[in-house]
Amino acid sequence: MAPTPTSSAGPARENPPPPEVVFDENLCKGCELCVTVCPTKVLKLDTSRVNLRGYFPAIVYNLALCSGCGSCARICPDSVITVRR
Amino acid sequence: MAKKLMKGNEAIAAAAINAGCRYYFGYPITPQNEVLEYLSRELPKAGGVCLQAESEVAAINMVYGAAGAGARVLTSSSSPGISLMQEGISYIAGAELPCVLVNIMRAGPGLGGVQPAQADYFQATKGGGHGDYRVLVLAPASLQEAADLTQLAFDLADIYRNPVMVLADGMIGQLMEPVELSPYRPAARMAPKDWATTGTAASAGRRRVISSFYLYPEQLEQHVRAIYAKYAAMEKNEARYELHQCDDADVVIVAYGTTSRIARSAIEKCRRLGMRAGLLRPITLYPFPFAAFEEVVARPRAFLVVEMSMGQMLDDVKIAVAGRRPISFYGRTGGIVPTPDEVVKQVRAILEGGGP
Amino acid sequence: MKVVYQKSAGLTDVPLHYCPGCTHGIIHKLVAESLVELDVLGRAILVAPVGCAVFAYDYFNCDAQEAAHGRAPAVATGIKRVHPGAIVFTYQGDGDLASIGTAEIVHAAMRGENITVIFVNNAIYGMTGGQMAPTTLVGQQTTTSPLGRSLLGQGGPLHVCEMLATIGATAYVTRVSVHNVPRLAAAKRAIKKAFQMQMQNKGFSLVEVLSTCPTNWGMSPVQAMRWVEQTMVPVYPLGVYKDIEGGS
Repeated sequence: MAPTPTSSAGPARENPPPPEVVFDENLCKGCELCVTVCPTKVLKLDTSRVNLRGYFPAIVYNLALCSGCGSCARICPDSVITVRR
Repeated sequence: MAKKLMKGNEAIAAAAINAGCRYYFGYPITPQNEVLEYLSRELPKAGGVCLQAESEVAAINMVYGAAGAGARVLTSSSSPGISLMQEGISYIAGAELPCVLVNIMRAGPGLGGVQPAQADYFQATKGGGHGDYRVLVLAPASLQEAADLTQLAFDLADIYRNPVMVLADGMIGQLMEPVELSPYRPAARMAPKDWATTGTAASAGRRRVISSFYLYPEQLEQHVRAIYAKYAAMEKNEARYELHQCDDADVVIVAYGTTSRIARSAIEKCRRLGMRAGLLRPITLYPFPFAAFEEVVARPRAFLVVEMSMGQMLDDVKIAVAGRRPISFYGRTGGIVPTPDEVVKQVRAILEGGGP
Repeated sequence: MKVVYQKSAGLTDVPLHYCPGCTHGIIHKLVAESLVELDVLGRAILVAPVGCAVFAYDYFNCDAQEAAHGRAPAVATGIKRVHPGAIVFTYQGDGDLASIGTAEIVHAAMRGENITVIFVNNAIYGMTGGQMAPTTLVGQQTTTSPLGRSLLGQGGPLHVCEMLATIGATAYVTRVSVHNVPRLAAAKRAIKKAFQMQMQNKGFSLVEVLSTCPTNWGMSPVQAMRWVEQTMVPVYPLGVYKDIEGGS
């Protein structure tokens, strides 16, 4: 089988860094609105622990699929999430 | 400044403008409509805002908003309308805001009548609205005094950060008398209103919140006690009264407002008939001038309280006299204004009958 | 890295006390962001209601005055007449605005008061535990309509936007929702436009926001958003009811 041809012009294309999704976790009330609006379904409640308010906090469990659209942050009623990309 | 023949309601309104009031929110009700109408014409000329609200409820809340924004603001109404304002007055007192209220009393209860009465004394001095608070109450007996006390009211409201009421009756509101509006001189100690809402851009970023809401009981108690410290200062410094011919009086008539003028005429007639009567006239109803009674209580045989009500100030007189002298009461209600002769008859009954 | 979304500077650091998933939090953000983006936060004055948002003055980073139940438009009138250059806005629920405050909202609109009203409609009384509101749907169960609201005797939904749009001096009256991100974005555009109307002295503006009350509806926050979309929107159509600038 012939080897996969490499590009003849310039270096290999690098993947862009993943978006940064930061949770001010103790403000989260586990309402799951962020989970529902995420277009790539990368959010869920972490049911293995509770935050200081006693809620299961929302987390990104698959950052690789996150597009950094910010929908989660926009709908969060408690301004828990900061998104950068 | 020359004396001008004015109607009582107009004198009060003119005095308010004179004292720097530039905001009025009110609603029509007999017998005080001239306050609203005069200010509708004159307040815009002075660069102010006069707004006829949709109700007294709305009016007092506009007053509350304007007061919170740091303005000198006035409203006026008559008895049933003042009832509607009670919630707002409680909020204004609870939020420690200044404002001047004018009640041109009419007969009640309920829709009652439109003629003069003094049956809102309890409402004015004992609360009216819910919660622990007082309103400083000034009771003029003439149009000149109504104008002067209206100006004083704005100063006292600002000094104490509390509602102040000018309590008059339909007679004073509708009478026409010469009034001189003196150049306004504010009382000395006027603190800047650094608590008023202005937008944070105008206050170096410091947020101002006007509120009377304290969910933690300890905080609310502390807040109310601090307000009552102001009332203690009012009681100490602001009680006002007038004594007329009490030095040798056998009967001291206690009356305020229009009734005090009737009493004055009655006293004149009594004296001509050889009966020695005098007048103790409270000018502030809260704080009630207990000191006046201390000055006078030893001398007369009896006190005669005359009110256009079923007896409201009477209760405070009983407290003041503290059982030391007998107290008679004469009241007319329904909008009836007693004549001097009726009062003379009461004085005679006391002096001849040997007691109430 | 550029910020895609972060907490607005128009909000304070005080954590919100609202129930999980309550749309008050979302609407607070939209208002706060609008004030910041229009650069009017420094001259904004909020009039807070009685209702779940009674503590709104703890959350918005501007001056504020608490109002008695229903009276916010009157209080706002007093403030705006004293400070015509301020951006004065009320934030009211359906009990505050459509029940006890009906006279005040109608007359502020009638006078064309240059204020902005954010009307949070969740078809129920939240703060007091779930009683019927003027905006409760026919057949909707609440603690004071335990058999479901009956049209005759208890009433039907009060359509505030439709009513106020008939008043001459209103400039901008619109109904929006925040039940998903596109709707939320449209709601923010509406709120911003309402503030711009005030900045231009155009008259009275009101944005009615269909909202949830998961706790008193007995639903999860996610279910509640679905209920808004499927059950409330058909009764309370979204759209612009008045726009003197001719938009739609």
